[in-house]
Amino acid sequence: MTKCLVLVLALFAAAPALAQEAGGGAVEADIGLSLEQIEEEGGLTGSVTDESDWQDLGIAIPAFATDSDQPTPANAGGTAALGLDLARVITADLRNNGLFQPVGPDALPRPSYPQVTNPSFPVWTGRGAEMLVHGYVRAGADGRLTVGCYLYDVALREELDRSGWVVQPADWRRAAHKCADLVYSRLSGEDPFFDSKIAYIAETGPKDNRVKRLAIMDSDGANHRFITNGQAMALTPRYSPDYSKIAYLSYLNGKPSIYVYDIGTGRQQLVTTSTNQTYAPRWSPDGRYILYSMAIAGNTDIYRVPASGGTSQRLTNSPGIDVGGSYSPDGRRIVFESDRSGSQQIYVMDADGSNQRRISFFGGRAATPEWSPRGDQVAFTHIAGDIRVAVMSPGGGGLRHLTNGWQDEAPTWSPNGRIIQFFRTERNSGDSSLWQVDLTGRNLRRLPTPVGASDPAWGPVLP
Amino acid sequence: MKKFVLTVTLTSAIALAGCAKKAPEELPSAPVTSSTPAPTPPPAPSGPVPGSYEDFLASVAGQDTIYFDTDKYDIDDADAAALRSQAQWLQRYPNVRATIEGHCDERGTRDYNLALGERRANAAKNYLVGLGVDASRLTTVSYGKERPKALGSNESAWAQNRRAATITIG
Repeated sequence: MTKCLVLVLALFAAAPALAQEAGGGAVEADIGLSLEQIEEEGGLTGSVTDESDWQDLGIAIPAFATDSDQPTPANAGGTAALGLDLARVITADLRNNGLFQPVGPDALPRPSYPQVTNPSFPVWTGRGAEMLVHGYVRAGADGRLTVGCYLYDVALREELDRSGWVVQPADWRRAAHKCADLVYSRLSGEDPFFDSKIAYIAETGPKDNRVKRLAIMDSDGANHRFITNGQAMALTPRYSPDYSKIAYLSYLNGKPSIYVYDIGTGRQQLVTTSTNQTYAPRWSPDGRYILYSMAIAGNTDIYRVPASGGTSQRLTNSPGIDVGGSYSPDGRRIVFESDRSGSQQIYVMDADGSNQRRISFFGGRAATPEWSPRGDQVAFTHIAGDIRVAVMSPGGGGLRHLTNGWQDEAPTWSPNGRIIQFFRTERNSGDSSLWQVDLTGRNLRRLPTPVGASDPAWGPVLP
Repeated sequence: MKKFVLTVTLTSAIALAGCAKKAPEELPSAPVTSSTPAPTPPPAPSGPVPGSYEDFLASVAGQDTIYFDTDKYDIDDADAAALRSQAQWLQRYPNVRATIEGHCDERGTRDYNLALGERRANAAKNYLVGLGVDASRLTTVSYGKERPKALGSNESAWAQNRRAATITIG
């Protein structure tokens, strides 16, 4: 496994272009961190990869086999055709994320059902595949699908991992994502992330009259669905950690307020009945609390309210604008944005609002901080001339820019804390689109959406 | 009532038609030329309804909106003059309410701009209250960077978008 992982220190030293303003060393000196604080500094833990060998790993993903070609609601062509589509989804997951060199089922022979658990390795050695995925799909009597996924090392002729899932036909893509996650995790050592969903704002219309609708989709853009109809402007959605709800800002009736939309029932309710303007909703990792920002007479502060309803608790009380807020994965701290020092900067506080302290001390302004689900990085928007996505350690050092656009903002994390998603705005037209970039700064790619898009929020891996 | 009016109208129409058909028995005397010009007819009722939003706009003549520097929300001299003009109109129509919208340019993050827009709207509201406008008549709302007026991505456009606009209601 060690050949697959390269320590991040080498990356930092070798990538000055990505860390022009890092001045990491200068930061520590300026703020005179105590030993305790340096320990708390956090920072990347181990396994960020650069151009290691595993990214060139050829991996063959032929069509999944079926014990018997049956009709299924999941595919007009039956389970055999579904096996082909399953392999295509897995291939697309791995290819779009720049992981390995996947070869998909359309260019490969189809294994038979018995071969799934007993591969014909010479066939694959001959094709230059180093890793091999085999799988099967079976339709049960009740219509549910059983999908099995197997990962093989071709040279060693060994099975590396296997798993299986039972899904409703409508959820067939989730089985493919689970298989892609198995392959990815086993080969990279990272946590999975493909089987997840994204909430965002779909945009249409001219720049001075944009129609903004709440929308959701799978992590690969499939199963897209509009939630609101655009009559009232919707902004900044966030999935609840259990995916049952979406908190978002709506200008319904001209009064900007945060609603919690229940995906199952289709109903929504206000997070607070205050007549003051509220925005920037965020969930605690355990789903028990919702953070929101409220503006009263020119001053904005951050509040916390139980997700099930109840009294709000005020967390910040400065005369500046305190806005946003992102919990550490253990729920004990919150990183947020405040201009109390005179310009937007990043602060950390305990989850009850105590111990507020600034952590951003580089030039320019720092906004929209988001704590990685892994806890080892904070992503944020760095405004210094251009507006770019950057990361730093939770202690405030180790600044690295990940993008280089004119206006890239509002980064949120993949569930495994290794990919950042943000939206990019074009000059003049103001058109926005969703983009992803690896934590290494590599593999910048656009996430296709039906129309314009902004405010992406990535939910956790589905259980 | 309607029927009666209709009847009257029809009768008048018929009467008028009757007049057109034959010359009157006696011509009216020609108008006397005099050195004084004929009096101008009274102005037809046109223009905005007093107390309406259109009336407000016409009255403050472009000063319904005040502008701000980047990241700022202070009322400068030009803003003060505009707000005085707004307050004067608002005092003439004490039953009229108003919403003050706060806006930002696109060069900033969304949530912060929502907060900054609220600051700007609130600053305008406070100034109007200071001039004697009752606070209960004024509400504020922020649109952050969501509703630009000028569409370019340049300093001139941004300067036009950093604004607080007063919109009277009723």
